[in-house]
Amino acid sequence: MNVKPAPLLEVTGLNVHFGGTGFIPGLRTPPLRAVNDVSLAVMPGETLGLVGESGSGKSTLGRAILRLGELTSGEIVFDGTDMARATVGDLNRLRRQSAMIFQDPYGALNPRMRVGDAIAEVLRVHRKVPSSRIGSRIAELLNLVGLDAGYANSRPLDLSGGQCQRIGIARALAVEPKLIVADECVAALDVSIQGQILNLLMDLREQIGMAIIFIAHDLAIVRRLCDRVAVMYLGRIVETGPTEEVFTEPRHPYTASLLRAIPDIDPDRGLPENPLAGEPPSPIALPCGCAFHPRCPNALPDCSTGEPPRLGRDGPHRAACILPPGEIRI
Amino acid sequence: MTLARTQTARAGFRLAFGGGPLPLYLGGAILLIWFALAVMAPLLAPYDPIFQDGTARLQPPNSVHWFGTDNFGRDILSRIVWGARIDLQIALFGVVFPFLIGTTLGSCAGYFGGWIDTVLMRIIDVVLAFPFLVLMMAIIVILKPGLSSFYVAMALVGWVSYARLVRAQILVIKSSDFVLAATSLGYSHSRIMFRHLLPNAILGSVVFSMSDAVLVLLNGAAISYLGLGVQPPTAEWGIMIAEGQSFITSAWWITTFPGIAIVTLAMGFSLLADGLGELLGVRE
Repeated sequence: MNVKPAPLLEVTGLNVHFGGTGFIPGLRTPPLRAVNDVSLAVMPGETLGLVGESGSGKSTLGRAILRLGELTSGEIVFDGTDMARATVGDLNRLRRQSAMIFQDPYGALNPRMRVGDAIAEVLRVHRKVPSSRIGSRIAELLNLVGLDAGYANSRPLDLSGGQCQRIGIARALAVEPKLIVADECVAALDVSIQGQILNLLMDLREQIGMAIIFIAHDLAIVRRLCDRVAVMYLGRIVETGPTEEVFTEPRHPYTASLLRAIPDIDPDRGLPENPLAGEPPSPIALPCGCAFHPRCPNALPDCSTGEPPRLGRDGPHRAACILPPGEIRI
Repeated sequence: MTLARTQTARAGFRLAFGGGPLPLYLGGAILLIWFALAVMAPLLAPYDPIFQDGTARLQPPNSVHWFGTDNFGRDILSRIVWGARIDLQIALFGVVFPFLIGTTLGSCAGYFGGWIDTVLMRIIDVVLAFPFLVLMMAIIVILKPGLSSFYVAMALVGWVSYARLVRAQILVIKSSDFVLAATSLGYSHSRIMFRHLLPNAILGSVVFSMSDAVLVLLNGAAISYLGLGVQPPTAEWGIMIAEGQSFITSAWWITTFPGIAIVTLAMGFSLLADGLGELLGVRE
């Protein structure tokens, strides 16, 4: 029997709530539960796709994992250290080994800095290379993301969105991270550029072997890029498993309806009829029981009472639904 | 954000080739002329600005005294040229200290938030609760009337506008992705503040400081007029107007020429502020 390798990142029972504070208990506004009891693990070198509708808490979760946002409770064990209760030294270690790629390629770069300076800054702050080698390392990184070294002198304004995103990736790689959180990093780009950036990410993953948490709402991209996928609905992970398995045999009605909603390029097939009616409920007033039951075509009376179902514990492909696999009709 | 993004990148290029906004060049030219006059005062001024010529009192403008003389027989033109030194200094120091204090405190308040922000904003409320000039006068009287007291009072009172301006900008920029990126890359607070936040937040204050210079200048003149700033017999435009006011019906030149000097210098600053605002894409 093989020894199971230790995960690079293990999140247990993570909660991120906003608001809900006040001096007088009766007058407190109810908290907004952006991330609700989330547990997940990422192996070294693995790519985990985090999918879900807008407002499902994907980005909040991604930021909480990198300790860029507040978190309410839970554990975030990164490389053996619980970063949720980290000291300044531990946090610095997290910062030296993780990086983030953002959705808006322009917004992620300081408009007053040449892109070469932005990369040089990372190298200097983290003392990645001796100062005599900074110039050549910048050229190396730019080449790695498919840009000419001459771009080091340009400012973000002078570049296209795709080029800026490459710079953002180069800056993230300058850290030599073990974990990258890519938050909708291709959503703002043209489709052809999306393809280039995805190929770049896949190549880099091959070459460098960092783990990626890929936050996206585009399921086709996730299917192409990710080893495993976690589906979020209203702050909870409702299904997780190897990408192909989840895509071919969804076990949660929400996943199934998301997959049904992927448009097909075949003109004869027509647009998918979206079986998912209505908007998700407000994360301030979550429904009792399974949060998905008001929109679920398979909902049983049991679904609307009691605690929300937990993710199953059986194998790598798990879903938080009381229906047995195969009983889902969407 | 967009303000920083839109026009600044090529501003230098456009400027060098005369493609900048007209008010910028006009204002710059006016300020440059005054600055040159102030620097070369000993060469240009035909007379000693405080020399009293008892034989030439209250002379109207003529070929010997181009702008006339005052009731002590002092040459108005010489006093205006020498006064430019004091008034430019007032505009400069009266802006620089509040600017430095205000941007520092304002960016701390905006960046760190929490109790620092709360305390600072309350202090600002208190300062703003007093009429500006009354507070200035109170501070100057407590300290001892004079130019240095004026600067101290200006610094104590004037910083609030800069603090509020910078704080508001920082609050906007703080939530942008590139600041989040800087945090995620483990940069120190001071690096984020000075390299990432301030360069993007300070434009508005720079433009404001130019129009603020006008107010400071008029303030300095007003304070001197009230006898709390520059002390006679030093040549300063505000004092010249104050001293000439009793002769305004008989000797208009004593007050009119320093008045014109104040107006043109103020216009220079004002035009420069307009031009800078247009060039940098900042609108007040």
